[in-house]
Amino acid sequence: MAEKKMRQIAIYGKGGIGKSTTTQNTVAGLASLGKKVMIVGCDPKADSTRLILHAKAQETVMDKVRELGTVEDLELEDVLKYGYSGVKCVESGGPEPGVGCAGRGVITAINFLEEEGAYTEDLDFVFYDVLGDVVCGGFAMPIRENKAEEIYIVVSGEMMAMYAANNIAKGILKYSSSGNVRLAGLICNSRNTDREADLITALATRLGTQMIHFVPRDNQVQRAELRRMTVIEYSPEHPQANEYRELARKIFENKMFVVPTPLEMDELEELLLEFGIMELDDEENVGKVENA
Amino acid sequence: MAERKPIKGITKDRTEKLIADTLAEMPEKAQKKRAPHLGANEPTASTCAVKSNKKVVPGVMSQRGCAYAGAKGVVWGPIRDMVHISHGPIGCGVYSWGTRRNLMQGVPGVTCFPMDFTSDFQERDIVYGGDPKLDKLLDEANELFPLAKGFSVLSECPVGLIGDDINAVTKKKEKEFDKLVVPCNCEGFRGVSQSLGHHISNDSIRDFIIGKFEFKEEAGPYDVALIGDYNIGGDVWAAKPILEEIGLNVKSVWTGDGEVEKIAATHTVKLNLIHCYRSMNYMCKVMEEKWGIPWLEYNFFGPTKIEESLRAIAEQFDDTIKDNVEKVIKKYRPEMDAVLNEYKPRLEGKTAMLFVGGLRPRHTVGAYEDLGIEITGSGYEFAHQDDYDRTAPEMAKNTLIYDDVSEFELEKFVEEFKPDLIGSGIKEKYVFQKAGIPFRQMHSWDYSGPYHGYEGFKVFARDIDMAINSPTWDLVKSPF
Repeated sequence: MAEKKMRQIAIYGKGGIGKSTTTQNTVAGLASLGKKVMIVGCDPKADSTRLILHAKAQETVMDKVRELGTVEDLELEDVLKYGYSGVKCVESGGPEPGVGCAGRGVITAINFLEEEGAYTEDLDFVFYDVLGDVVCGGFAMPIRENKAEEIYIVVSGEMMAMYAANNIAKGILKYSSSGNVRLAGLICNSRNTDREADLITALATRLGTQMIHFVPRDNQVQRAELRRMTVIEYSPEHPQANEYRELARKIFENKMFVVPTPLEMDELEELLLEFGIMELDDEENVGKVENA
Repeated sequence: MAERKPIKGITKDRTEKLIADTLAEMPEKAQKKRAPHLGANEPTASTCAVKSNKKVVPGVMSQRGCAYAGAKGVVWGPIRDMVHISHGPIGCGVYSWGTRRNLMQGVPGVTCFPMDFTSDFQERDIVYGGDPKLDKLLDEANELFPLAKGFSVLSECPVGLIGDDINAVTKKKEKEFDKLVVPCNCEGFRGVSQSLGHHISNDSIRDFIIGKFEFKEEAGPYDVALIGDYNIGGDVWAAKPILEEIGLNVKSVWTGDGEVEKIAATHTVKLNLIHCYRSMNYMCKVMEEKWGIPWLEYNFFGPTKIEESLRAIAEQFDDTIKDNVEKVIKKYRPEMDAVLNEYKPRLEGKTAMLFVGGLRPRHTVGAYEDLGIEITGSGYEFAHQDDYDRTAPEMAKNTLIYDDVSEFELEKFVEEFKPDLIGSGIKEKYVFQKAGIPFRQMHSWDYSGPYHGYEGFKVFARDIDMAINSPTWDLVKSPF
C-alpha cells in the first residue's frame, strides 16, 4: 500500500481572531493546489464551513443527533457536505451558550466521523477549526492521539491575542509530552497594530516556533464573506488571494514542528514592554482611575 | 450503662498486633492512610479512636456506594406514594431498583410506585442539556400516574457535570401540577460515600417538603414521628405497632413505606424518634431548631434494647405512657423468654464480627448479646465521628474497630479472630461463605426480616441460629 500520510491540522487562537476565515481561505488555497481537504468545525456556532459551502450554516452532526435521537441512527452523508473544489465539510455543532456540554458534542462528532470512515485515504489534509476558548477536555479532542499533530495558532499584535496564544502553547506542551502534538507556527492575522510583524516574530522565536505568515488586513476578505465565499474563490486575482495561497504553500512545505517553550507571565510582559505595547509606568498605575 | 465484660482471648496486644500485621502488607502510603481508621476499642474513651468519613484509599476494594445511592436507595426510594426519577443514563436507575428490600404496601401505579423511572440520557441530552427532557418526562409521568402525590428528581453524575438546572424545572412543574416536585442534587461524584447523599436528601426535604402540608387529623399530645426506619423486610410494620401499643400516635414514618404528605407535615409532631441516626439526624436537628421538636434516639434490636428504649421514650411523656410501657414490656417478656430459651443454649459463647452501613454495627450488638453472642469486631462503611463515639461504649474493651474496611483487611481480621458468624453485605457474603464461615447479609436482612421490634427479634434469632448451626458447614471442606 502506498504510504501517503494524511496531515491533520488544528487551528487554535483567541475568540474572534479570525480562525474560521483564515482556515477556510487557507483550505481553499490548498484545494487550488490540487490537495484533497476536509474541514471539521469544532465550534457550536458552526461557522467553520460557510465560506466553502456558500451556506448560512451547515447542518451539524449534533443537530442531526438531536433530531434522530441517537448518534447510532446517523449516516455520514447526512452531515458530510462537499464545497468549493471538492472540500469535504463537517460541523460538530452543539448547544447554544449556557446549556448542556459543547465539549461532549465535539467528542461525539469526531468519534462518529472516525467510526463512519470519514477519514478516507485520499485526503491530504484534515483541518480542525476549534472554538477560541478551550474550556474543557472536549475542545482538546482534535489534538488527542491519532488526530491533529500540527497546530497553528492564529494571533495578532493585540495583547490579549498574544496572552491566548501563549496559553494555547502551554496546552500543546502538555499534550506533546504524551503524544506527537507539535506547534507548527503562528499565523499573524493583522490588526494593523504597531510593529506587528516584528512583535509576532519575536513571540514566535520565544515560543521556539516561527511566524509562518503575516496575513495583511484587507477589506477584500469582508467583501468575499458577504457573498459567503473565500477570497480565493471570489477574486482569485486579488493580492489578498495570493496571501492565502502563499500561506497554504508554506503550510504544505512546512517541516518545522516543535515542542513549544511557553513564556512565563513576566517574560511575556517584558516582550510587550520591549515593543511598546505596555509602558513601564503602567505597572505603577495599575488599579488607578483615569483622573487620579 | 455498665461496661461490658472483656471477651476471652481479646487483648489489646492481640488486636494491635493484628492491625499492625495487616497494615504491614500494604504499600507505605496506604498504611499511613489506613492506620488511623483501625483500632482497639476503648469503651470509656470520650471519643472513639478511629478516623472516619474520609476518601477511600485508591486501589483497595471498598464496599462504599455514592451520593446518588444514598439518596435514591436510602432516603427517597422508600417513600411509596411518590414517583422517583433517576435523572441521567439508565444504569444508576436500574441497578438501584428494588434492591434494598424497603417493602411497601399499596397498589402499584395507584397508591405506590415501585417502578423504575429514568430519563435514560443519550448523547444529545448531554450535549444539549437534559432539562427539556426532564420537563417532558414529568408531564408524561404525571399524566400516566395522576395519583402520585409528588415527584423526586435525583441527579446522576452527568447532570452536575453539564450544569443542568433541574431546580428551575422542578419549580416550574410544581406550580403546573400543584403537587410536590422535588429536586435532589445528589450527583454520585459528590462526597466520599453514600453518606453525603443522605445529607443532600435531608436538605431537599428541608428546602422543598417540610411544612408544606398539615395532618388531616387534629394534633394530640402523643403525636410522634418515626425517623430513619426504612422498612427493610417490613421493619416499620414490626416497630410502629409497639409505639402504638404504648399509646403513641405515629403520625408519619421517614421514610419506610412512607407517605410524602405526612412527611411534609411532620413539623407538628411532639417528638421525633430516630432509629438510623446517620441518615436522618440532619432533619431531626432542623425540626428541633426551627419548630422546637425534641428528638430521641432509640434501638429496637433485641429485647434488652427494646425495653431500654421504651423506658427512655416513656420518660418524655406522662404516667399514662409510662404505665403502658411497663404493661407492654411485661406482656412481651414471656414471648421473648421463649425465644431465648429456644436459641440461646445453641448460640451462647459464639462470636460474631460485623461490617455494615452507618447504624447497625452498633445498634444490633445488643440483639446478638441477648442471644449470648459476643461481638469481637465491628465497623461501618460510611459512618462519621459521632457514630463511632456512640459505638465505643457498645463494644467490649479491645475489640476491633474498623472504618471503611477493605476486603483484604476484613479477610485478615476474620482469619485471626475466627468468628462463628459474619454480619455484613452482599459483596462480602460469598467470600466468607466460600471460606466456610456462616454469614448473614445485614443490609437487606438476607431476604428475611423484619428484625426490628419484638416480632423482628423472633425472626432474627431464628435466622442467626439457622446460619451458625446449619449442618451444611460441617460438609464444607474449605481449601483456605
